[in-house]
Amino acid sequence: MSANKQGGRASGLVFNPWNLVLLIPFIVLLTPLYNRESPALFGMPFFYWFQFLVIPVGVLCTITVYRMTRKAPVKPAPGEPADVDRLDEGSAE
Amino acid sequence: MQWTELIIFILLFGLVTVLGFVAARWRQADTLDHLDEWGLGGRKFGSWITWFLVGGDLYTAYTFVAVPALLFGAGATGFFALPYTIIAYPLVFLPVLRMWSVSRAKGYVTPADFVRGRYGSSLLALLVAITGIVATMPYIALQLVGLEAVLRSMGFNSHGFLGHLPLLIAFVILAVYTYQSGLRAPALIAFVKDILIYLVILVAVIYLPIKLGGWSEIFSSAETKLSATNPATEKPFGDILLNSNNQLQYATLALGSALALFLYPHSVTGILASRGRDVLKRNMSALPAYSLLLGLLALLGYVAIAAGTKPITNNATGRPDGNTVIPELFNGQFPSWFAGIAFAAIGIGALVPAAIMSIAAANLWTRNVYKEYIRKGATPRDEAKQAKLASLVVKFGAVLFIVVIDPQYAIDLQLIGGVIILQTLPSVAIALYTRWLHRWALIAGWVVGLGWGMILLYQIPNPATGRLHFGGSALALDKLNIFGWQPFAGSTVQIYVGFVALVANLLVAVIVTLIIRNRASNGTDQTTDADYHVDEHDENLRPIAVH
Repeated sequence: MSANKQGGRASGLVFNPWNLVLLIPFIVLLTPLYNRESPALFGMPFFYWFQFLVIPVGVLCTITVYRMTRKAPVKPAPGEPADVDRLDEGSAE
Repeated sequence: MQWTELIIFILLFGLVTVLGFVAARWRQADTLDHLDEWGLGGRKFGSWITWFLVGGDLYTAYTFVAVPALLFGAGATGFFALPYTIIAYPLVFLPVLRMWSVSRAKGYVTPADFVRGRYGSSLLALLVAITGIVATMPYIALQLVGLEAVLRSMGFNSHGFLGHLPLLIAFVILAVYTYQSGLRAPALIAFVKDILIYLVILVAVIYLPIKLGGWSEIFSSAETKLSATNPATEKPFGDILLNSNNQLQYATLALGSALALFLYPHSVTGILASRGRDVLKRNMSALPAYSLLLGLLALLGYVAIAAGTKPITNNATGRPDGNTVIPELFNGQFPSWFAGIAFAAIGIGALVPAAIMSIAAANLWTRNVYKEYIRKGATPRDEAKQAKLASLVVKFGAVLFIVVIDPQYAIDLQLIGGVIILQTLPSVAIALYTRWLHRWALIAGWVVGLGWGMILLYQIPNPATGRLHFGGSALALDKLNIFGWQPFAGSTVQIYVGFVALVANLLVAVIVTLIIRNRASNGTDQTTDADYHVDEHDENLRPIAVH
């Protein structure tokens, strides 16, 4: 059965604090932050170049999460109620 | 007729046709008579192929003509496509991995397969499958709108059936090689499509601003034109910035579209075709390259204003077609041979997503309707045969849509499609993490979210085009009416309808769950916790394409 994994690979619901980095790009939803013309860059209003700037920010965030969670030992999230996911032999501690 | 453009277009179209047929033998499997092979390309695409395939899948020809057309017509509100594609990847980074793993472990081909396995409910799976098919069909039709915009710019702008003939020919060719090669065809063609698109856009965003006097010149002429009064509404056409009424709409539309993106069955098809979790993780960082492209392309809407581009009148409908703005801009500003390459890029850009979407819809039909309700004992070979036929039906349905019915309906349905596909989020995305929501509660939430979303869309007028219903997805909060209670009466602030419907859906799902969770069976979960972490090199992995 696939529940027996080498290297302590996770099972069940796991949480890694690095995953929170994925929230950073959502700054682009806060329109009042950037809905103005100045400062312009190469004639482009702030509204436009700011959003372009968030593209590399988003890329950096996903790369960071990829790198930092790659080999990390994963533990079930503390305080996660046991009935969140159906428990089976795979997620029992 | 524009011969130079046409010859280049036909040459490049011929090249991808050959590729489409050759694809059947590309990374050949023992058999194509299995959905793992025909419908998912053997579940073995690496990082590069996945990047081209998913990029070709999500950034469609319609996107490429419609987004700049939005900026051309209404200004900043159309730019929502950029924040939408920025947040989409961080948003789905984690759930997509769980979806891939559980599908790999259990052999799921569609999102509805997963729902079936997770809740043991073929009804819930059927609802998810039908929602997926209904949302995908107009999307395929819209690819034809993109393709036709290019064909009309090249001179194929006749009335009636003759005007649609080139489109029909292009689609018959596409249908035949998709039938034969399955997902391998769009995967291979996507290389040509994306390279052409990158070439065209990069040249356009460097060359055109220089030619037209720089970006500040372009933005100021856009501001001048957009601030003029629209005679139909007696208000300005738009603005190059947002105003206090449409900021909430901008953010919720971006968020709602990002949430919906990977619920579309064709996106799931692209994800499941990849080889492993690392391929997907790398792609979540690499796919935003297309977002950059889309943002730059959107600005071409303003470039078209500065260049004085006029949309051409579609002789089939008799109205100016805003979607021809970008083809017309290329026509007017580039030498013919380069305009030909640009047209081919958009035209081939229509084929890749149309092929993937028809495969995804065919997979849904076969797995969740045909095998579930019509022929329970279907073997994998029967499934592949049925899916191939279904892909033909789906494509010709889309062509009929454009030829017989006004393309405007395809645009309306696409609007509805985005709202209804979002209503599968609790059953698909939340179910990846928890089964707390009860299956009957999910069905109740789906009914409410879908029904209310449709009612709200129906009530939205569009004064600029004189339409009374389905005029857009921006709902004034004033119109929000919950059994006669208007929580925001008098407010002119706008919000995305899909977002409102999703909130209603989730509320109903939670409330119904609390009521019935101890009274009705929640089905059997066929997946185990370990299934959500399966990866490509695991031992005892389920073999691919076994009969």
